[in-house]
Amino acid sequence: MGEATVRALRKLGVPVRFREAQTCCGQPAFNSGFWDDAKPLARKFLDLFEDADTDQIVVPSGSCASMIRVFYSELFQDDPADLERVKKVAPKVFELSEYLVDVLGVPGDTGFPENADAPEVSVTYHDACHLTRELGAATQARAILNALPGVELTELDQSEVCCGFGGTFAVKYADISGAMLKDKVERIDASGADVVTACDASCLMHIGGGLEKRCSKVRPKHLAELIDEALP
Amino acid sequence: MKVKTRDFNKGAAVAIRDEKVQKSLLGLYNGFHKARISAAADTPDWELLRERARQVKNRTIANLDYYLESFEKKVTELGGVVYFAPDAAAASKYVLDLAKARGVRTVIKGKSMISEEMGLNEQLTEAGIEPVETDLGEYVIQLAGETPYHIVAPAIHKDRHDVSKLFQEKLGTPHIEDIEGLGKEAREQLREKFIIADMGITGANFLVAETGTLGLVTNEGNGRMASSMPRIHVALAGMERVVPTMEDMSMFLRLLIRSATGQRISSYVTLVNGLRRPADEDGPEEFHVVIVDNGRSRMLADPELREALNCIRCGACLNACPVYRKVGGHSYGYVYPGPIGAIVTPMLTGLGDAKDLPFASSLCGACKEACPVKVNIPRMLLALRRDLTDGKKNPADKRSTLAERLSFKAWRVLFGSNALLGLSTRIGRLMQVPLVRNGAIRWLPGPLGGWTRHRTLKPLPRSSFRDRWADHLADDPANHIGNDDSSGRQQ
Repeated sequence: MGEATVRALRKLGVPVRFREAQTCCGQPAFNSGFWDDAKPLARKFLDLFEDADTDQIVVPSGSCASMIRVFYSELFQDDPADLERVKKVAPKVFELSEYLVDVLGVPGDTGFPENADAPEVSVTYHDACHLTRELGAATQARAILNALPGVELTELDQSEVCCGFGGTFAVKYADISGAMLKDKVERIDASGADVVTACDASCLMHIGGGLEKRCSKVRPKHLAELIDEALP
Repeated sequence: MKVKTRDFNKGAAVAIRDEKVQKSLLGLYNGFHKARISAAADTPDWELLRERARQVKNRTIANLDYYLESFEKKVTELGGVVYFAPDAAAASKYVLDLAKARGVRTVIKGKSMISEEMGLNEQLTEAGIEPVETDLGEYVIQLAGETPYHIVAPAIHKDRHDVSKLFQEKLGTPHIEDIEGLGKEAREQLREKFIIADMGITGANFLVAETGTLGLVTNEGNGRMASSMPRIHVALAGMERVVPTMEDMSMFLRLLIRSATGQRISSYVTLVNGLRRPADEDGPEEFHVVIVDNGRSRMLADPELREALNCIRCGACLNACPVYRKVGGHSYGYVYPGPIGAIVTPMLTGLGDAKDLPFASSLCGACKEACPVKVNIPRMLLALRRDLTDGKKNPADKRSTLAERLSFKAWRVLFGSNALLGLSTRIGRLMQVPLVRNGAIRWLPGPLGGWTRHRTLKPLPRSSFRDRWADHLADDPANHIGNDDSSGRQQ
């Protein structure tokens, strides 16, 4: 998925750099109430990305992007110095589909380049929660999918309803989460698509695990993978 | 009401296994939830309205003392009595003393969540006074000896067969199959009670500070009956129900009703202005408003959680919540279920015992999106999680286990360093070998076992993105547009 993100961006003409020292934005600890353990990692992120050369930071998961853009200011509400840094870095953070459509302007009027070799694939789209409701990006991925060569988009019933992941929620409240997941994968199967896509690695891990558990033929694929496969 | 917040997981397990309950809960999505969305879409400037309402609420809650005093003054001028009850017990005592002093034998009740907080029905019954719920859903719940399942639709978990059986058992009616017939039966049962009742007890959706007006929203007209037929009317209200002006109430009515049921206006909106005046044909001889604190001051005092007092009790967050639609209303163990209940209940009844409520959420944000006054529920759930975890706000509420604390310390150390993260990934690849079957992990030990009950887990891949970046991505010739090789590799 990470590799596909780099390739997709480069195919669209974007130079990509990667800060090798980066690890995690801190969301698992933050969501679990361990704010003091989340802070050092959030600060590490800020240290690495607050330099003036970094214009745009592309994050291929809506949840991680919303952690930085929305929730860092909650995490650092009582740390004014860090809050100042957050205010500088957060606006540079984009989830991948947001970045492609809102910043880069693809597919635009011209669309994506033709590609006779693009695989024919029927795709359904799951709206990742934080992408949709924290970042407010529900249309961007659809615009990309509708324009990708070889891709046919079928809407998923209740696509905006959570798959039940929620980080440690899926382990601590595994049966509640499992009941939510069951509804989601049943609807994905009913969509008739070959592939379910989303703009969040963790939703896809969860949904993928649920699909495999019920021996479904539908495969989970990140939007970046579909772009990478469809573009020459 | 007896607090059972500690039994959340037990309640959730029961609800998830109950197919009939699951069907009713699923119906909330296609019913109330979609009705709200289309009602909002049909309302011009819906988003503007939400924002204005949020601001009015913030201002009102910040000046609650002023508006409550103003309301009290107006009601007193209208000949009514306002009593401020510090807690549920004081509120109950006031109502019981009044009922006894006036020789009340039968009380008809409109829907009131505060009455549930007080456990008023049990206390009236103990005192030899018959309380009769007159909202159809509440009536069903009362017959069944249960508590409300939903803020707006208290008997949403029961279908017509359940109600038919209940009526046969409790009222001795013949078998009635259709909903209309059941409604007719309830109406006949209740009519007599309306006539003989000496006291009507209602809730209050709004207390209008500038006029002393009480606003009641119902679809069955029972609020109007309960507030006008008996000789004594007692209204119970949480202290956050106050709104500054009639115009404000009109705005909240638009938001409340559309968000609750998707209707543009409910069948009845009843405005009560004190007691019967000489020229009036009906109305009570006595009018009392009991304004209840019962823990709300604690919420008011907490700047992070004060926003929960903005809630107008429309139930939209329940209908929108995929967790509520699985675990149902009783699991939450108190009067207020669902996302808003997960904040209000711990604040009213004690955070420590209600520790599951803030954590049993995927933080999907559907509640925040649905809320007509834009209450940021996920933000408050996160704050409560933090308070339960670190105990800094109140050490008595600390519920994190040593194992959890150590796990996150270890996580922080591992993810703090690239070298350690790389090392632990390599160890993980070795450790997962015996667990991988046909390309997936299908069983995990101990507390992680919950994951594999419902899903498989993808094993760690042979090489990480970091490896591949160093191996071929950083210098990929495809990266033709000025790859700047200061790519942070030196860092």
